[in-house]
Formats: sequence, structure tokens, C-alpha cells
Amino acid sequence: MIYHSSMLPLAAVCISLLATVPILLSDCKPNLRESWTLLAGIGKFLLVASMLPAVLSGHGFVFTLAEVVPEVPIQLRVDAMGMFFALVASFLWICTSLYSIGYMRTLEEHNQTRYFASFTIAIAATIGVAFSANLLTLYLFYEMLSLATYPLVTHECNADARTSGRKYLTYILGTSIGLVLPAMIITYALTGTLDFTAGGILAGKASAATLTLLLVMFLVGFAKAAIMPMHGWLPAAMVAPTPVSSFLHGVAVVKVGVFSIVRIILGIFGPGLLQNLDLGVIITTLASITVLVASLVALTQDNLKRRLAYSTIGQLSYMVLGIGMLSAAGMTGGILHIAMHAFGKITLFFCAGAIYVASGKKYISEMDGLGRRMPITYGAFLLGALSIIGVPPLGGFISKWNLLSGTIESGQWILLLVLLTSSLLNAAYFLPIVYRGVFAGTGGNGSPVEIREAPLFCLIPLTATALLSVGLFFFPDVFLELVHIAVFR
Amino acid sequence: MNTPNLHLYVLAAPLLTAFAVNLLGRVSRTWIGPLVLGALTFSAGGALMTLLHVLREGAFRYTIGNWQPPLGIELVVDPLSALMLLLVSAVALLATSSALKSVAHELPGREHLFFTLYMILIAGLLGLVLTGDAFNLYVLLEITAITTYGLIAMGSGRAALSSFNYIIMGSIGACFYLLGVGYLYILTGTLNMADIAQILPGLDAPAAIATAFAFLMVGLWVKMGLFPLHVWLPNAYSQAPTGAGAMIAPLMTKVTIYLMIRVMFSIFSPDYTFLAHAGIQAGIVWAASLAIMCASGLALAQRNLRRMLTYILVAEVAYMVGGVWLANGTGITGAILHIVSDAMMTLCLFLAAAAIIYRTGSLEFDRLNGLYRRMPVTMAAFTVGAFSMIGVPPTCGFFSKWYLILGAVRAGHPEFVTALLISSLINAVLFFRIIELAYFQPASDLSRSEPQQAGEAPLLMLSPLLLSAVALVAIGLGSGPLIENIIRLAMPPGFAP
Repeated sequence: MIYHSSMLPLAAVCISLLATVPILLSDCKPNLRESWTLLAGIGKFLLVASMLPAVLSGHGFVFTLAEVVPEVPIQLRVDAMGMFFALVASFLWICTSLYSIGYMRTLEEHNQTRYFASFTIAIAATIGVAFSANLLTLYLFYEMLSLATYPLVTHECNADARTSGRKYLTYILGTSIGLVLPAMIITYALTGTLDFTAGGILAGKASAATLTLLLVMFLVGFAKAAIMPMHGWLPAAMVAPTPVSSFLHGVAVVKVGVFSIVRIILGIFGPGLLQNLDLGVIITTLASITVLVASLVALTQDNLKRRLAYSTIGQLSYMVLGIGMLSAAGMTGGILHIAMHAFGKITLFFCAGAIYVASGKKYISEMDGLGRRMPITYGAFLLGALSIIGVPPLGGFISKWNLLSGTIESGQWILLLVLLTSSLLNAAYFLPIVYRGVFAGTGGNGSPVEIREAPLFCLIPLTATALLSVGLFFFPDVFLELVHIAVFR
Repeated sequence: MNTPNLHLYVLAAPLLTAFAVNLLGRVSRTWIGPLVLGALTFSAGGALMTLLHVLREGAFRYTIGNWQPPLGIELVVDPLSALMLLLVSAVALLATSSALKSVAHELPGREHLFFTLYMILIAGLLGLVLTGDAFNLYVLLEITAITTYGLIAMGSGRAALSSFNYIIMGSIGACFYLLGVGYLYILTGTLNMADIAQILPGLDAPAAIATAFAFLMVGLWVKMGLFPLHVWLPNAYSQAPTGAGAMIAPLMTKVTIYLMIRVMFSIFSPDYTFLAHAGIQAGIVWAASLAIMCASGLALAQRNLRRMLTYILVAEVAYMVGGVWLANGTGITGAILHIVSDAMMTLCLFLAAAAIIYRTGSLEFDRLNGLYRRMPVTMAAFTVGAFSMIGVPPTCGFFSKWYLILGAVRAGHPEFVTALLISSLINAVLFFRIIELAYFQPASDLSRSEPQQAGEAPLLMLSPLLLSAVALVAIGLGSGPLIENIIRLAMPPGFAP
């Protein structure tokens, strides 16, 4: 990949950061305030998309912000991997912004200015992580994201929210300062650089024991990826308003965690080194345990958002599992699942929020028969669920297919079993929700029920993301191409 | 005035202003503000030009009144002292702007007395930074100490007692230092640092030299409040008048760290300091690690914002002592960078505390509820300062911690790495506890029943606070050039970042 110096990456990161100022200033004019959010969102997506053709043809962009540590500047660099993630995140942010307007206004939430301002900082940090050229820059934006999402988690301002906020910070900030920071500094002391280099930078720089320790520190330290036992913050963070859960805790924050791990494996360790030392097994073991346990726990959750949260924990480990296989198909599947799961899970969360907005219900046991009143929402929910289970013709099938062929390619039959079991469990915890919504509680006569959907601002985004989940099955080319460039070149 | 004399004016301006303030401030207190701000602006500008001059032309020595050393008083202007000169004068300028308001609020009618002592203290600090004479250093140390005793005693409540405690401890520290200088004088017959440094290696009196070194070190450690010699510090700094605390807390400890570096590398040599006595170097890093943990732990127990900050300060002192004693270039770089960044972040947090106390009258935790709503700008700056203390990039607190940890990794001191990380985590707990209180807790009934002045502090307090918050990020992003162009030159010979 050939890199050109350009301001574009900086603009793509900063456009939403700058939007924070007018958002704060138009505190009393909600319509103006939300137009800033939408404007920044569309601008951000267009800026990211404008770099796509170049990236597909093997050209990247680079921008150095400041030379802070010798050999490690604060630097933004757009490559295929970063473009892949930025594309997903910036597009889904537009959907989430629309959805937020519907959700927050219908529920007449307080402190909406703070909410929208924190959101813009969070998305800036997410794109910053995507475009980070080295581990230090990634760490900077990773921390920025943690701090920007804290006011969103504690949005409700009650005791419950504060407790969850504390838990959130303890897990996220505790691991990043306590594990990632020292691991990063040790890596720097060993190699003198932190640049994400194809093939890694650590090969031959330290003993196997040190490298194993570093790998575990990174895996556990990036707690946003919610690998067990560092998953506890994610269900707790569900106290946040649903748009936050759907975008940040379904897409941005958690995938920043996975993305960081991908960067570590591809750019710092290098698949070759991990293969030689046989360290992939650590990654796949941790991930397999998380996949199975999280799916089992999800079965027992009655609160819809918590069930989705546990499902997210399991699905995140699919991605880590795929990367950990260290085979081409496995890594392709793992990275691809970042996008496929994003579209599916955001749909599911949007639906959960729409159900709450329209009926005030949070628990699955209360939702009998609700599907007949909200056919569009439940239809979208079904599509999202099927995508995550991995049924054709939905996007999730493609990533799961790659993951499965990855296990076969590398002969890891146990992992094949793990994936298949988990798919069954996914079906077991998703499909009953739809079944109960549509068929349970008919109450005898089957008289026509009144349709009561959530407002259009909620409905349009969730329909869009559901249909896109289908679309991604038929047109996954752009994403596939980006992943191929990221994995093979 | 030609540039080589400029540093002298930097030093003289606050000293002369001290007397002018006392005279004219008696007549009318409207004189005080323009005088002190004018003098310190001049000092800061002069310090900046001195620094640029040194970077361009190299270090130089200056003899006051042309009395040649070893008899005359010598000033040393090298990259490190020029950097400290700029730091001290800039921090003093920012702190003074805020102090003008808070002193008028807390000590009405006594402003001229306060600012007389205050300006002499600043002159003393600037002198400490420049002096090249070991005995002169003692004199200036006492000047700063005595003015500080006076300033602290002007506080309310138990401030006089705290000041008395400080007098006892400070005098003990000063005696230790003086004894050390005495030994050196007996051994070498000179008080000029450069002369001593030349004569010492040729002497064959290891026990006497070691005694002198130990006395000097312990004396300075008492003065900087290195745990467990810190007991005077929290009371003294938290009960001083707000305006005094905001200047003393950022500068006093940092200048003393600088003096420790001077003694270690300008009077003695790195070889002597680190290698002459087996186990001492590693032992001090261990002691500093324990000190960091204990001080951070004590900070957790505090229920008052300013007291909490003073315990964090005690922990930060141990950061820097440990960093210097790591005995490698990276650790010393980290310590020097941390002098700059800790001065700025302590300033930022103390200025925020000053603004809060100006408006609400209390810094007890249970009175901080709902502050974000009432003072959003102040609390935004406070948050930046807090992030810097925790070590969140791109604030400068992150980068100095980076070098300290990197230095510890390279020197093979895992205990120091652990201590720094645990202290960062404790800082996160400390500050998020306050952020949570001030952000999410609605104003309590207690504060609602009393009429409270809402709104931000006046511009004279707010603008230095905002400047210091911006400086935290600017220094962080500029830490690369700062190290490359200045701190690298300030290293003892044979050390590189």
C-alpha cells in the first residue's frame, strides 16, 4: 500500500469533534442542535467514503499530528483495515443519530445536549481508533472513547446509573491503565517503535514467555472486546439509553476493543510469530469459552437489552476466535463479522428501543403478542436475529461461512464444534422472542389488533439496517475486498 | 539592556516590586494588581528570552557585581535552569492573577502584606533556580521558607499551627542541608558548586563525602515533602490562604526537586551519586515506590478537595525522586518533564479549587454536589487537570508518566512501574469520585437551604485556569520537541533521553 500525506484523515476524525461546539451552544434549540449532529454525521461518512476508492486501489493516506515520543508520533493512517471499520461506524452513526432523535424526544429525556455532545466525541474517537497508525495513537483515542461514553452510561443520573458508571470505568479504565499501558511501554522498550507493521514488530525481540505475557496483557487489557472475565461492564452499561446501547455497546465501543486486538495481532505480533510460538491457542481458548458461556447466560436473561448484551459478548468473541485461528479464511471471517454483526446487532437494539418507546416494556416475558401490534419492528428483529444466527440470505451467513471454513482449513475441529453449538444457542435465545411476540397470548378470538409502532424516526433507521443486513449477503464485495487487502497484503 | 543580563532583571523585578507593593499598596490597594502582574509579566517575558538565548548561544555563567568566584556569587544559566526560570515565572504569573481576587476576598485590608511576602517568595524561587553557589542556595532556601511560613500563617483556622509545624520541619531540613554544605566547605574550601565538583573527585575522604551527600539529600527531601518526611506538607498547603496555596503547591516542591538534581549532578557527579555506594540507588527507587503507594493511599482517605490534592502532590514528589534515581537517561527525562507537567497540572487543579472556594466557600466533598451545572467552565478545566493527573493522553501528565515507566522498564525496576500504575489507578478513583459528585449528584439540601452564589468565578481567576488547562494539552502534544530541544541538553553528561 502506498501512503500519501493528506489532511483527509484528520478532517474525518475532527468533523464531529468540532460539531461538539455548536451542539453545546445550541442548547435551547433542539432542531438546530440535531441538524448539527446529522450534518456532522453525513459529512463524516462522506469524508470516509471519499477515501474508499483510493484505498481499494492500494493507496492510503497519512497525517502526522505531533511528534511526541521518538519513532512514535501521534499519527493517523488510512489503510484497508481502518477503512473497513470507519466505513461501518460512520454509516451506522447516521442511522443512530436519526434514531436518537426519535427515541430521546418521544421519551422526553433530560440533558439531551450533553447526550448529543458526548456522542459526537465518541464517534470522533471511534474513527480515530480506526485510523490510528500506531499503538500510542490508538491508545489515545481508546481512552478518549472510554471517557466520552462515561456520561452516556450514567445518563439517567440515578443511583443505578452511577453504580453502572463506576463499574464501566473500573473495567475499561482499570484495564487500559493497568494492563495495556505497561504492555505498550514494554513493547516500546523491546522494539523502539509501536508502528502497526504488516508482519509485526516483536519477532525475535523477546523470549516466548515475555511474548505470551504481553499477549495476555493485551487480550485482557482491551476490555472493550469483553473477553471473559472482562465482560462484566457490558451488561451493566445497558442502563444507558437504547441508542447508546445500540451504537456504542453494539458497534463502536465493543468493536473498538476487537479492532484493537486485530491491530495487535496483525500489526504488533504478526500472525507468523504467533503461529511459530503456537500462541493462537491462547486466543482461541479464551474466545471459545466466552462464546459458549455468554450464549448460555443469554438464554437465562429476561431483560431484552441484557440478553442482547450477552449475545454481543458471545459474538465479539467470534471475531476474536476468527483472528486467533491465524488462517486466512478464519481471519477473513473474524474481521468480516465486525461489519455483519454490527448491522445485525444494531437492528436488534433499535427494535428493543422501539418496543420500549411504543409500549414501555423491557422484559421479554411481558412481550407476548406484541409482534402483532408492531409488525415492522418484529420483522426487522427477525432479520437481525437471523443474520446473527448466520442464516442465508443474510450478511451474518457470509462471515460465519468464512469462520467455519477457517476451522476446517486449519483442522481445528473443536472450534468447528464450538461455532456450531453457539449458532444453535443463538437460535435458542433469539427465536423464542419473535415466537412469543407473534404467536403467544392470542387471547382466543384473534380479533384484529391495533397497529402501534414507534415513531418514524425510530422505524426508518431500524428498517434500513435490517434491509442492509439482507443487502450485505448479496453485495458484500466492498467489505470483502477491504478485508482481503487487510489480510493478504 | 543586553541579553546576557536579562536573567538578572527576571530575578530583580519581583524583588523590587515586593518593596514597591508594600509602600504603594499601603496608600491604595489599586496599585497592587498592576504592579505584581506587570513585574511578573516582565519576568516571564525575560525568562522566555533567556531560554531562547541559552538555546541559541549555549549555557553561560554570570558573576554578580563582577566579584569572581569562589568569593563572588555566581549565577548559572544553562538549559535546565533557563527552563525552570520560565516555568517558575509563568506559573507564578498565572497563579498571581487568580490570587489577586482570592486574597482581596479572604484577607481584606492585608493585601499589601500578603503580596510583599509573595513577591519575595517568587524572587527567592527564581534565585534558587539560578544560583551556582551551595551556600547561596541555603540562603535562598531560607528566604523562600520564611516567606512561606508567613504566607501560610495568614490563613484562617489552624493555619498558624500548621505554619509552626512547617517551621520546625523546615528548619530541620535546612539544618541538614547546611551541615552538608559545611562538610563540603571543610573538605574543599569553597562553596561554588563548579569548584566543589572539580575538587571532590581528587579527595580521599569517602566517609566525609558520603556524610555530606547524605545530609544534603535528606535536607532536601524534608523540604520537598518526600514521604515519610511529608507530615508538615498537607496541613500547611491546604490551610494556607487560597492564593498562596495555588502558587506554593505547584512551585515549591518542583524547585526543590530541581535543587536535588543540581546537587546530584552539579556538585556531585552521576558516577558518584549512582555508583559509589552499592544498593543506595536501588534502595531509593524502592523507597520512592513505597512512598508513591502510601501517599496515594492516604489521598483516598481525604474528604476535602484541597487536602486530597496535597496528598497527590506528595505522591508526585516521589514520582520525580524515583525517576531521577532510576539512574538512566529516560528516567531523568521523565522526572524533568514531570517537573514541568506536574507544576502545570497542580496549578490547574489548585486554581480550579481557588475558583470553587471563591464562589461556594467550601471544598468539602459533600459540598461539591452539582458544581458542573453551576460552574461549567471551571469544572471543564478541572476535568482536564484531573485527566492529566490520571495520565490520559494527550495531556502532559501521560507523557511524563510514559518516560518514567519506560525508564523503570529499562532500568529493571518493576516495583516502580507497579507503583506508578497503581497510583494512576488511585488517581482515577479519586478524581472520578469528585466528577461523579459534581456532575451527577443534584445540589444537596444542605447547599440549597443556604443562599449560594451561583455562576463562574471572575475573569481574573477564570482566564489563568483556562490557560493552564490549555497548556496541559499543549505541553503534552509538544513534549517531543520539548525533550528534543531542551531537556536533552539539560541531561548530565553521558545520559540521553
